[in-house]
Amino acid sequence: MIKFFLMVNKQGQTRLSKYYEHVEINKRTMLEAEVIKNCLSRSKDQCSFIEYKDFKLVYRQYAALFVVVGINETENEMAVYELIHNFVEVLDKYFSRV
Amino acid sequence: MSDVVERTLSVLPGLLGQHDLGAGPGGAGGPGRVSATSRLGSLIRSITALTSKHEEEKLIQQELTSLKATVSAPTTTLRLMKECMVRLIYCEMLGYESSFGYIHAIKLAQQGNLLEKRVGYLAVSLFLHENHELLLLLVNTVVKDLQSTNLVEVCMALTVVSQIFPREMIPAVLPLIEDKLQHSKEIIRRKAVQALYKFYLIAPNQVQHIHDKFRKALCDRDAGVMAASLHIYLQMIKENSSGYKDLTGSFVTILKQVVGGKLPIDFNYHSVPAPWLQIQLLRILGLLGKDDPRTSELMYDVLDESLRRAEINHNITYGLKALTYVIQQDPNLALQHQMTIIECLDHPDPIIKRETLELLYRITNGQNVIVIVQKMLDYLKESKEEYAIINLVGKIAELAEKYAPDNEWFIQTMNAVFSVGGDVVHPDIPNNFLRLLAEGFDDGKEDDQLRMYAVQSYLALLEEEDALYPQKFLQVMSWVLGEYSSLVADVDPEVILTKLHSLLKKTFVTSETKVWIMAAVTKIASRTSCSKTVDKLIGEFSNSLDTYMRQYAFELKHLCEDKALMKTLLPFDASCNDMVVDASLSFLDGFVAEGLGRGAAPYKPHHQRQEEKLSQEKALNFEPYGLSFASSVSSSGVTGRQSPTGLSFGSDTSGNSAETGHKETNTLKLEGVRKLWGKEGYLPKKENKVGKENEPQTVSCGSLLPGQAGDPPASRSDQVASLSEEDKEKQQLASTLFIGLGSNAGVSLMGKADTATQKFKRKSKINETQNSEEDSDFQNSGASDFGPLLDTVPINMEDCEGNIHTRLRKASLCSSDIVEDNLVFETSQSLKKSGLDDRLSDSMLSQSSLFADSNIEIFQPSPSAQCESASKPPLVPSLPEELEELNHSGVVELCQSDALALHLCKVWTDDSLLLTVFVSNKTASALNAVNLVFEEAEHFQILESPTYQFPVIEAQSVECCQKCVWMDKICTQGILSGSVNYQSEMETRLDFSITLSLLDFIRPMEMTTEDFGKLWLSLSNDVKQNIKMSCSQDSLSAALNTLQQKLKLHIVDIIGNEGILACQLLPSVPCLLHCRTHSGMLALWFRSPCSALPDGLLYQCQKVMEES
Repeated sequence: MIKFFLMVNKQGQTRLSKYYEHVEINKRTMLEAEVIKNCLSRSKDQCSFIEYKDFKLVYRQYAALFVVVGINETENEMAVYELIHNFVEVLDKYFSRV
Repeated sequence: MSDVVERTLSVLPGLLGQHDLGAGPGGAGGPGRVSATSRLGSLIRSITALTSKHEEEKLIQQELTSLKATVSAPTTTLRLMKECMVRLIYCEMLGYESSFGYIHAIKLAQQGNLLEKRVGYLAVSLFLHENHELLLLLVNTVVKDLQSTNLVEVCMALTVVSQIFPREMIPAVLPLIEDKLQHSKEIIRRKAVQALYKFYLIAPNQVQHIHDKFRKALCDRDAGVMAASLHIYLQMIKENSSGYKDLTGSFVTILKQVVGGKLPIDFNYHSVPAPWLQIQLLRILGLLGKDDPRTSELMYDVLDESLRRAEINHNITYGLKALTYVIQQDPNLALQHQMTIIECLDHPDPIIKRETLELLYRITNGQNVIVIVQKMLDYLKESKEEYAIINLVGKIAELAEKYAPDNEWFIQTMNAVFSVGGDVVHPDIPNNFLRLLAEGFDDGKEDDQLRMYAVQSYLALLEEEDALYPQKFLQVMSWVLGEYSSLVADVDPEVILTKLHSLLKKTFVTSETKVWIMAAVTKIASRTSCSKTVDKLIGEFSNSLDTYMRQYAFELKHLCEDKALMKTLLPFDASCNDMVVDASLSFLDGFVAEGLGRGAAPYKPHHQRQEEKLSQEKALNFEPYGLSFASSVSSSGVTGRQSPTGLSFGSDTSGNSAETGHKETNTLKLEGVRKLWGKEGYLPKKENKVGKENEPQTVSCGSLLPGQAGDPPASRSDQVASLSEEDKEKQQLASTLFIGLGSNAGVSLMGKADTATQKFKRKSKINETQNSEEDSDFQNSGASDFGPLLDTVPINMEDCEGNIHTRLRKASLCSSDIVEDNLVFETSQSLKKSGLDDRLSDSMLSQSSLFADSNIEIFQPSPSAQCESASKPPLVPSLPEELEELNHSGVVELCQSDALALHLCKVWTDDSLLLTVFVSNKTASALNAVNLVFEEAEHFQILESPTYQFPVIEAQSVECCQKCVWMDKICTQGILSGSVNYQSEMETRLDFSITLSLLDFIRPMEMTTEDFGKLWLSLSNDVKQNIKMSCSQDSLSAALNTLQQKLKLHIVDIIGNEGILACQLLPSVPCLLHCRTHSGMLALWFRSPCSALPDGLLYQCQKVMEES
């Protein structure tokens, strides 16, 4: 199951967020900050998956933009990894140039 | 997955776009770009320009204030409102609450034109959550839009329903959404399925009656609709895989088509056909095939195919994960990738390291355990994350218990586990460890050595004055010292007592640990004559502020005065012995009787008291059948809840309060034991025995050691480190890590067979119990169990060869359909239709569902034969006279061939379902040795034997056989399949299947109102539901009569607008029903000792009430 979907820039500002499970607004900011911190701290040669608390983060970086998806145990990381790319491709097509 | 994409996409236009109504998606000029003039655009730009969080906050607060003023102004147009909503969404997404806008979002969804409505819905779905009270205000809008003639509006309503919808309002929209399943537009059908998936997740009971419609969605001609329905199936199969085995063939077919590229090209992702759909299907097949070689057999082909096509590599190191799962099936595969794994082990990325360890954990055996555990401990020392620690520590402990090469290593590893793991370790770890020490293995000498070593190592650890050990470790130490310190002869008990004493005075020791230490002191004291330390200790703690400690000190004091008593009370090494506990508390009977004699109220268990309170509040009158305990307890016998000891009747307990009494004694028992023995004091001896019986051969430590010595000196990692060349080092590590893996296929790296089974063999049993009990994340069984599994598979296959045969035939039937026609789903639908027509022509079997029925027809061997026979005068079987008087169904045809015809009649006798199968010989000669065999079915049990042989069936005559069937596992509907074989020119076989419904096994249960009341209170599985009454049965009695006739319920009593009914599932599972009418609704309240039964009955009730 996908828990949330985030698009964050390198400065740590959220550009898009969508939660599939309800999270209190004030907790969202905190969660997002931690998630971004986790992603930013990783170098290019590290893998795109992070185990974070009791769920996993899958992320991809496109220029200055990170797409981060939070998933639980039952989800397949590779599937989500490709899903992110699919999503970006769709954006690219829809808005002609992202 | 596709719905997720869609949902996410639906967010986009609102966020990024302010595009004009005219420009459709993909239109010219790049629609949806943030326009320079839009206010959202300028807001985003100004936020991006800011440098500090503080400035952002200021700006947004300002923005929110102005938005608040705008949205609440009465003059604000909807168009402007839409624009405000978009900005509100953005603000809220940045983490600033804008709850003032929620109500306006709902209004916008209600009143706006298409685009405004869309933004309104979007805002609602982002702002609100499932339990938000404002959500109720949306229901009306949704209902209205669902009925709209504008497809876009319907779509929007369905989308929002599939995201958030209040659970209690589902009945309001359910019929509308059900209708949409037949809509001509596929997008509507897909969204309807998604909405139903949502309903299934939040209220599975409410959609029970549309399971058949899900099947239709699965066969939808649009792949999108089918894909959506897979979500529902995955969920349902997760909960009950056995109920959907019959769909395996369909899933296999779908996967075959997907893999074969039969889906529209839009589903391709980088030339891979519908990858997420494939994953979803594989998940489903995985669940269906689990532990079921028969079903799995159907899948192998297609799995192989998918695997072959998926070879296109995914180049990430994380592919390791896949390897982890693969090697569970075949550890030899790991051998091929040794060097990669070694590289990963030293990978700078801790995540990859952790995954590698996970993999190593699965390939651990007796020969590589030392190296692997060392690697894990190294990682553990670096790691600071709590989740990782808990997980890893559990694995180390498990490996150590399973594969420990010797005592010393085992104890030391466990010491490391306890000290590193600290107090976050799973409580099972210390418990299992102690249990292991206490129960020992077959070799008594070996046990003592292990215990002695443990004692010595703990004494050494306690030697260090300032060491701070975790509480759990201290508890383990004190228990071991208390139990086994006397094994070590050369240590003066006085020394140990002094150490424990000093521990007791430490401030970091919690009071729980102190209790453990005190227990240890007591045990040691019982074995020494007199001790100054003990006396001192008693003196010190007799006036401790901690009441527990004070109590222990006093107990110890009194025990010391009577050494003989103390010795009997604390026998040496008796922690595993059974304790006899009077669970019924029979010694209190006298006291209770006396209390009752003096007029005390009889005991009522908690839920009963609550019940009464509730019923008073709701003014539901339960009194007439509530509390008059008649002297016959027969009804409680049915529930199986009667106390085994049969409490004296003086205490006036129903079966039910005995149960509570039982529970209480359980806790009492625990308390008492714990004080004297520590937590593990009483050990479930039974489990121990079972474990021993199951695994009689043990590799005792002695026999294992020599084998160990012969190995490359169990190459420790430090040894490895001393080698200079890096590559060589890795090679070396590889050989130590992968040692013993190849043994299964005889490709062992070291040319050695895997001798090491488990050192502590009893463990595995406990692990399994654990696993099943708590669904834990130690997926331990996988690594150790593959061996036996491989062995048993071929045997099973042989065993059920015949069955596989059937299935394969079904599968091949399906697949041939596909080859012939690309539009498979159409085909199967048309097949179904023809099935339906057949059924209509001889509509006899009334209750079975449409689909299951058509099942029978689809798999009929040769439809042509049927036509032929129809033209001839058929042999009409009829029931024997004695059965004719009983309740029975019509005679239906099951199947036929040129020679035989099978007919079935269900006879509902009082104590079972009697299946009468008529076999008619249509040929002109007698048939010899006709065998009728029923396959074993999961839900049903055939009494006596599942086979029947007709020695001879004369030409043009009918024979019949009768089988009594019970429902073993409750399901609303199930299929009992079987076959007939006979010898004509060649061996011929004819398959048939019979659909049995829950109702076939329901019988009325006659009882008095008093009995009903008693039984009602003793049952705990509740299901409540309100259903609408149709106009034809507006009165209670009419409704009850319907239930009585259709469901065979017995009406016990009717009081005012309430009625009570009772029935039983054969052989004797009762189910009680309480009905009440109010304002056109019928409130049903079921109770039964079996949790699945009320659900099943509720479904049937809904069905009959709808029909009538």
